[in-house]
Amino acid sequence: MIGKFPQLKRFKRHRLAVGSLAVLVVLAIVSLAAPLVAFIFGVETDAVDLMNRFAGPSLGHPLGTDELGRDLLVRLLYGGRVSLLVGMTAALAAAVIGTGVGLVAGYYGGRFDALLMRFTDGVISLPLLPLLIVLAAIDLEKVGLPDALVQSEQVSLYRIIAIVALFGWTTVARLVRGAALSVRERDFVDAAHAQGAGALRVMGVHILPNLVSPIIVATTLSVGNVILLESVLSFLGLGIQPPIPSWGNLLTNAQELIWSAPALAFYPGIMIFVTVIAFNFLGDGLQDALDPKADRH
Amino acid sequence: MTRFLLHRLWQSILVLGLMSFVIYGLMGMMPGDPIDLMISSNPDITSEDTARLRALYGLDKPILERYGNWLAAAASGDFGYSRVHARPVLEVLAPALWNTLQLLGLAIFVSIAISIPIGVLAAARPYSRLDYAVNLLAFAGISVPVFWLGLLLIIVFAVILGILPAGGTMTVGDGGFLDRLSYLILPAATLTIASVGGHTRYVRSAMIEVLRQDYIRTARAKGLGRHRVLLKHALRNAMVPVVTIVALDFGFLFSGALVTETIFAYPGMGKMIFDAIMGNDFNLALVSLLFATTLTVLGNLLADLAYAWLDPRVSYR
Repeated sequence: MIGKFPQLKRFKRHRLAVGSLAVLVVLAIVSLAAPLVAFIFGVETDAVDLMNRFAGPSLGHPLGTDELGRDLLVRLLYGGRVSLLVGMTAALAAAVIGTGVGLVAGYYGGRFDALLMRFTDGVISLPLLPLLIVLAAIDLEKVGLPDALVQSEQVSLYRIIAIVALFGWTTVARLVRGAALSVRERDFVDAAHAQGAGALRVMGVHILPNLVSPIIVATTLSVGNVILLESVLSFLGLGIQPPIPSWGNLLTNAQELIWSAPALAFYPGIMIFVTVIAFNFLGDGLQDALDPKADRH
Repeated sequence: MTRFLLHRLWQSILVLGLMSFVIYGLMGMMPGDPIDLMISSNPDITSEDTARLRALYGLDKPILERYGNWLAAAASGDFGYSRVHARPVLEVLAPALWNTLQLLGLAIFVSIAISIPIGVLAAARPYSRLDYAVNLLAFAGISVPVFWLGLLLIIVFAVILGILPAGGTMTVGDGGFLDRLSYLILPAATLTIASVGGHTRYVRSAMIEVLRQDYIRTARAKGLGRHRVLLKHALRNAMVPVVTIVALDFGFLFSGALVTETIFAYPGMGKMIFDAIMGNDFNLALVSLLFATTLTVLGNLLADLAYAWLDPRVSYR
């Protein structure tokens, strides 16, 4: 081993990943500071100004205004809060499910493993988007969820996180299962068993910590995919519902306005694009840094 | 081999059977009720009438029994009527499927025609400037939101330049081959750009994997030319994983087709599924969703079989 943190050194060598991390940190800070930005430019977040629709960039509205005269920059930043939050939460939820499935399959092996992996294969082979659309369209009252939840404004947030997590766990599950299969053959696992540790303890205390690298890499890579899924569902009108803004639903109206205000369709999309590509580069860099032995070239 | 084939076939049928029940159940949870939709235009109807209608269509029975009835009818070729189109479901499905296959076929063909030479060039000189550029573009391709890409292409080529139509399949009164093709260009380009990045990465990594093998070193040591080794010895073997991954990608492409068709108002399977779900056209949504599932599961099955067939090292268990 050279130096104290070889991982950090390897990560720094991946310049695109370092740049992406910087971009993501800036995006997150600016999104969190959305109210402050609104205050600086002296605009109210949802203030409708019909005299000032489709305004071009100006000092008061750096990116101009939308079809209701609302400030585009501030709407973009609030949308970023939601899209980033949903993306990371859903990716984390998917990672938890995937880790659980992969860990159990890899630890027990044999028929149980075969069954779980065939199930995973089955989920992977499904046409993702059409099924997500169905799940996004079902009537939650018919499922039997309490009215208070169904009618709350945040329900579209919870729903999208849940359905994305429901389909997004497969990548993590496969990676974790593969790693768990090899870790469980190591001597320290036998030692733990010999000392009388139960299955849960061996999985949680002895195997799981050795799987952190693949889990981190897979989760980072899936944030990008989750943001893409959220944006397309919201764009189709099935994801996050207005008045909560997200980068996807900011684009919903943009298609009808494409002839009169093409700029409205540009900005939210470029935000999604930059964020997703940054998460993908970051995941790539983390893979190089944490898992240099992985044979990926 | 036969055993492997049968095993995978059985597994695929199991997935489809399970999914048919799940999708059937999900349809029942959609907002709106078929009977409510039926009677919404008739103010004279009484609650006894609705109860009778419910019994007539078997909607008062438990879900397992309804599913069984649907399955029996479907097995005899009766998939029901589309509510919105007022025609048998299969009659609506067939032309949409044909449109989607044209779109997907064109997109996959162009994407592969681009990604093989580029992937091979990048793999021939790994970590060169060219490889770096290809990697960057491939990442851009897999990260771009498909619907936004479609909107951008419409803005550039239909709104600003005005040289290509923004959506539809043909100009009214025209409909010749070139006219239809001009409507296909933007949606196919959208799907191509969305998939070419992934395909290029597969080709590149498969080539690099193969170029490491001993027989490549042997071929070079024998004094064979660089191009001959690359194209004759390496590319052939690198095609094995590429073929399977392209087949595996079918589900992804189908999802992309749904978005693309919706944006470009292209009457394919994807747009039909979306419209059927949005328009409470339960029969059509159910059958077309199942059909899409069958296609992707079939794509996966073919990928596995192609892999086993092309690569003799794979053991069939």
